[in-house]
Amino acid sequence: MNAIEAKHLVKRFGAVTAVNDVSLTVREGETFGFLGPNGAGKTTTIRLLTGVLSPDAGDVRITGIDIHRHPLDAKMQMGVIPESSTVYGDLSAEQNLHLSGQMYGMPRALREERIDEILSQMGLNEKRRNPVRTFSKGMKQRVSIACAIIHRPRVLFLDEPTSGLDVQSRRLVIDTIRRMNEQGSTIFLTTHNIEEANTLCQTVCIINKGKVVAQDSPERLKKMFDTTQSVEVSFDRTVTRDLFAAEGILRAEPYGDKWRLYTDNPDRVLKYLVGRAERESIGIMSLTTSGPSLEEAFVHLTERA
Amino acid sequence: MMEVPLFLRGIFVVTGKNMRLYYTKPPVLMFGLLFPLFMFFAFFVGRHLDLTTFFPAFLAMMLFFTASSVGPLITPWEKREKTYERLLSYPVTQDSIILGDVAAGAIFGIGISLLVWIASVFFVPVAVTNPGLFVLAFILGTLSCAALGVLLASPASDSPPNVMIFSNLVRFPLIFISGIFVPLQQMQGWGLALAYCSPLTYLVDLFNAAMSGTSAFSPFVDCSVLIAVSAGFILAARVIQKRNMMKGM
Repeated sequence: MNAIEAKHLVKRFGAVTAVNDVSLTVREGETFGFLGPNGAGKTTTIRLLTGVLSPDAGDVRITGIDIHRHPLDAKMQMGVIPESSTVYGDLSAEQNLHLSGQMYGMPRALREERIDEILSQMGLNEKRRNPVRTFSKGMKQRVSIACAIIHRPRVLFLDEPTSGLDVQSRRLVIDTIRRMNEQGSTIFLTTHNIEEANTLCQTVCIINKGKVVAQDSPERLKKMFDTTQSVEVSFDRTVTRDLFAAEGILRAEPYGDKWRLYTDNPDRVLKYLVGRAERESIGIMSLTTSGPSLEEAFVHLTERA
Repeated sequence: MMEVPLFLRGIFVVTGKNMRLYYTKPPVLMFGLLFPLFMFFAFFVGRHLDLTTFFPAFLAMMLFFTASSVGPLITPWEKREKTYERLLSYPVTQDSIILGDVAAGAIFGIGISLLVWIASVFFVPVAVTNPGLFVLAFILGTLSCAALGVLLASPASDSPPNVMIFSNLVRFPLIFISGIFVPLQQMQGWGLALAYCSPLTYLVDLFNAAMSGTSAFSPFVDCSVLIAVSAGFILAARVIQKRNMMKGM
């Protein structure tokens, strides 16, 4: 059975069509990445999928249940971490989790057992009785995730879960997503972080201007653009962009203390760089080639639409 | 499918959440408790009025202010704190949220007004000639006033102060045209016509019927009007909030 099935979703806000005939399928147990530039319609789509908004056309099934006909049954199957949504600041982490558990109809004993377990996993045990308003952004996000997984949902929706978090909190969130997936939950993840989607997701869907422009595995998406490979090089001194004005180099971009050169012929670029460096007595500190990236596929797909 | 038990549980949990979070918020204490007390002191104290005669009207005013003070705060507060979207993603519907908000307002109104009534028994010789009607007045009064409070919160806004100001713009005029300070029997012309339009008039009348046994309308009319306006307020809140959701969060 498919965990999520959306068919021909349309959502208009006045004259603006935020979601335009979006169809997607997420298999049970899959981690599904939903990518798109700002304003592409990611958050509106996730709100339609989770029953927060009603579509103007189309339908959504969560584990086979039509969410707009049977919203409560469908919502029982899922946990949601909305974008920039917080938990109740006046309540403690523990009280927020109790409230969330009550919403899902969990008996008190089971709630307490799960709360102990989740707060330990999330590193919040010591501050479980403190009001959430005193927490850092990362800690609030951990409480938010804990509230969404307390009932062990079959489908977990996360809208930009790692946006603006420090490294430790980000790792904790990623580990939690992995663990939930290993335990059988289907994950629907929107993110701006392409690398995150590349490493976490079995399927990636790219949306642009309200329309799905691609849906496939990250590797297959990359192969759609295998004419664009890259060479990363760093030198022992600062060089200007002029150095890369050569045949075969399609684009040169500074990349930290390195340069990333996009090319359809890495062999030619490598030979050019070595020759030029030798002629001008520039030391090469590092030189690597890489295949097409998901980021490159994303840029191509969202620029051409 | 088990939608009905889930729906009822949603109302219950939302009510509990509202009671825990909003009863002690400053706007609720200010507009729900202090204002009616100030109004009581301003109009009834030191004016040699027969407090026994005016007590039903005072109780109706207290109930009106308390029950209608919680509703206007909840949705704007949740939208401002960005907890509203999370709430909607739980197994609840907009209808269960609305009914949970009404229930929280009604329980607040009943609780505070009962306390005021019990405390008043020691100072004012108030009698209840029809206890059944008195209980009915409490229930229908809190329900209609709490439903009004939720309706007042329905226009799309994430600013609690704006909604509280708007709600007071509606609530204050109502207490002056509803037979609280001037008994209905003494009203004439436009004043009387306006009084007929206010649901609070029928609540004051119902308390009069329950406590002193005299009323301008039959208790059946008072109860029917209060039930109708409660249903009307809840339906209007539902329509407005659904329309808002069609426009986005």
